[in-house]
Amino acid sequence: MSKGSPISPSLMATKSAGAPKAPERADRTADQAAVVADLAAVSPVLGPNNVVPPTVMTGSQAIVRSLEELGVDDIFGLPGGAILPTYDPLMASSMNHVLVRHEQGAGHAAQGYAMVTGRVGVCIVTSGPGATNLVTPIMDAHMDSVPLVAITGQVSSGVIGTDAFQEADIVGITMPITKHSFLVTDPNDIPHVMAEAFHLASSGRPGPVLVDIAKDAQQGQMTFSWPPKIDLPGYRPVTRGHNKQVREAAKLIASATKPVLYVGGGVVKAHAAAELRELAELTGAPVVTTLMARGVFPDSHPQHVGMPGMHGTVSAVTALQQSDLLITLGARFDDRVTGILKSFAPNAKVIHADIDPAEISKNRTADVPIVGSVKEIIPELTEAVRSQFESAGTPDLTTWWAFLNNLKETYPLGWTEPEDGLSAPQRVIERIGALTGPEGIYVAGVGQHQMWAAQFIKYERPHAWLNSGGAGTMGYAVPAAMGAKVGEPDRVVWAIDGDGCFQMTNQELATCAINKIPIKVAIINNSSLGMVRQWQTLFYEGRYSNTDLNTGHESVRIPDFVKLGEAYGCASFRCERDEDIDATIQKALEINDRPVVIDFVVSPDSMVWPMVPAGVSNDQIQVARNMTPEWEEED
Amino acid sequence: MTRHTLSVLVEDKPGVLTRVASLFARRAFNINSLAVGPTEVPGMSRMTVVVDADGDLIEQVTKQLNKLVNVIKIVELTSESSVQRDHILVKVRADAATRLQVTQAADLFRASVVDVSTDSVVIEATGHPEKLTALLSVLEPFGIREIVQSGTLAVGRGSRSMSDRALRSA
Repeated sequence: MSKGSPISPSLMATKSAGAPKAPERADRTADQAAVVADLAAVSPVLGPNNVVPPTVMTGSQAIVRSLEELGVDDIFGLPGGAILPTYDPLMASSMNHVLVRHEQGAGHAAQGYAMVTGRVGVCIVTSGPGATNLVTPIMDAHMDSVPLVAITGQVSSGVIGTDAFQEADIVGITMPITKHSFLVTDPNDIPHVMAEAFHLASSGRPGPVLVDIAKDAQQGQMTFSWPPKIDLPGYRPVTRGHNKQVREAAKLIASATKPVLYVGGGVVKAHAAAELRELAELTGAPVVTTLMARGVFPDSHPQHVGMPGMHGTVSAVTALQQSDLLITLGARFDDRVTGILKSFAPNAKVIHADIDPAEISKNRTADVPIVGSVKEIIPELTEAVRSQFESAGTPDLTTWWAFLNNLKETYPLGWTEPEDGLSAPQRVIERIGALTGPEGIYVAGVGQHQMWAAQFIKYERPHAWLNSGGAGTMGYAVPAAMGAKVGEPDRVVWAIDGDGCFQMTNQELATCAINKIPIKVAIINNSSLGMVRQWQTLFYEGRYSNTDLNTGHESVRIPDFVKLGEAYGCASFRCERDEDIDATIQKALEINDRPVVIDFVVSPDSMVWPMVPAGVSNDQIQVARNMTPEWEEED
Repeated sequence: MTRHTLSVLVEDKPGVLTRVASLFARRAFNINSLAVGPTEVPGMSRMTVVVDADGDLIEQVTKQLNKLVNVIKIVELTSESSVQRDHILVKVRADAATRLQVTQAADLFRASVVDVSTDSVVIEATGHPEKLTALLSVLEPFGIREIVQSGTLAVGRGSRSMSDRALRSA
């Protein structure tokens, strides 16, 4: 008699995890990179896997040495009592430590760094409040699958549990928002825990890993050797898609007449933009890129129909709604994309490829689930589709494209000029994108300016657009832009921020100014918590409860962003007229020796359109207030 | 909702029970019972989790549990293919007049009396949850003073070993 059924056999891969990508350094020669890649293929320990014979050192030295051996170059942090021992050997290390002004800044900076480089972002802080200040970025990284290792000091093991000074159970606090966490009380555990943390953060579905290290473990003696043995018997991410499922998917693609490639942030994380493009061009299907995937497929490509979701384009939202086949790649059917779930893409079959099996059929049941890395699945799918097309013919998508192209032409993104005579925020953002170009990096906060930055900047490459998608963390932009600039110092990095968001984390301008991290901050200053205000306009009869921030036009201007920027050693400008927008942006682009802050004074009445109001079907998308597209044109 | 019995093989690491329990709370899954203890393999514990969930949800439960790094393997045990037992201690009112009736009732369920005092007895019983429910309903009229019950323990029938197979594939 059988002894019960193993659950989800695809999870129980018999082989160990696929090797993580070796992070490539721009300054490494191709040969070295190849050696690193070879080693990474056999070892889950990141970095060059140098052999270090047993050496006696302190736990603190072991932490720093482990980071060095793991190939870490940059760390964001702020010291305090319980991490003090580790900051001493850190001073002698060749690694670049960026001293932030608030621990939240360290976390978001590490995220920004990870998002542009594809490497693990590292932040290091002290116990108690230092650690709890990291809670928001850790949650943010968890929601957006950002590889992050957070190292926190902990009180000495002997006093854990006694409510000691600056003691917080940070492992317990962050348990639901980390991929995994460790509490280290024995210094001998440091090398393998650090290697495991980096392996977990960077492989499979990336995410934040917390390493909490007791002070006595930092001070104690241990024997360091490298590479350590990674022992994670319960961790076996599947990277290769199941062949049969891939063939099933290809069959569906060959028979679909209204397919859509629904592309999410997973494709960015997997560095699979080129693979995606090949599949897209072979199938001829329209592509929608979610908020987390902007740029992974070029906006200028004729097959790109826009961003889906609550503030997506009419063509993208409608493509999904009318589709008969969603080819879902590294996306997760987030509620901001689907609207009311049961009315989402009601006639579509679903192919869902994702490295996290728990995302598949979580919100929308998949007809063809494929667990694995999209980096491996997409090329296999392309081959399977190619042979399917050869035997069964290429499907005719002419009618589908006629419908979608008509929507693209009829309902392009745009804005109406504000009636108060102030600049349209959309124009400011559009001009920043146009004058900086697709090689720039754009980092947004959360709210209206975030949506406009997603809509009106043309993204042509992945890793150019960073934002807090799942978490919606106001205050993400300035520190994340700082981290992005550290990771990609040769690129222009814009933080496109709101006047509300900016006031949450602007202290990192000090970090930027002192450490010569010349980011450019465009404050889209509508003097209010704009997105909340928009909802108050639309759904609360214009009762503006607690959304006026008094920072903009005809207000007391507290704070005065120009004075604030100057106080932080930044070049600071105010731009209040349409005719000054281009010149101000140009001026900012010419300054590279210090950060730039621009206070763009814009209208508080501009709203984000299109919009699918909360709680209704995506079919109710409005292109402007109370204006829903005419659907009679459908076939 | 359907009741499911999951056998979860985990690394015996600090916090693993918290991780499992916190996951159930975080994802709003309902735990009916949870029992945990060491296994024949050093460093590994086994949890038996009884969950009330419908089809799609039980799949989410197992997938989310599998994402926990300390979880090595999960098997769903059906009642046909496994042996499932609960353990119960019941303190029942029993004086000279009723003691014999109470102990006879216990005998019928192959339960044993493990403590006697002038006005109560403690009965220990092991069995399938349904049998224990039946025992409790028989004892109810005498007056139940206290009940202490373990979570369900379950093991698959036949010679195969869950931890054995998990270790080979790890």
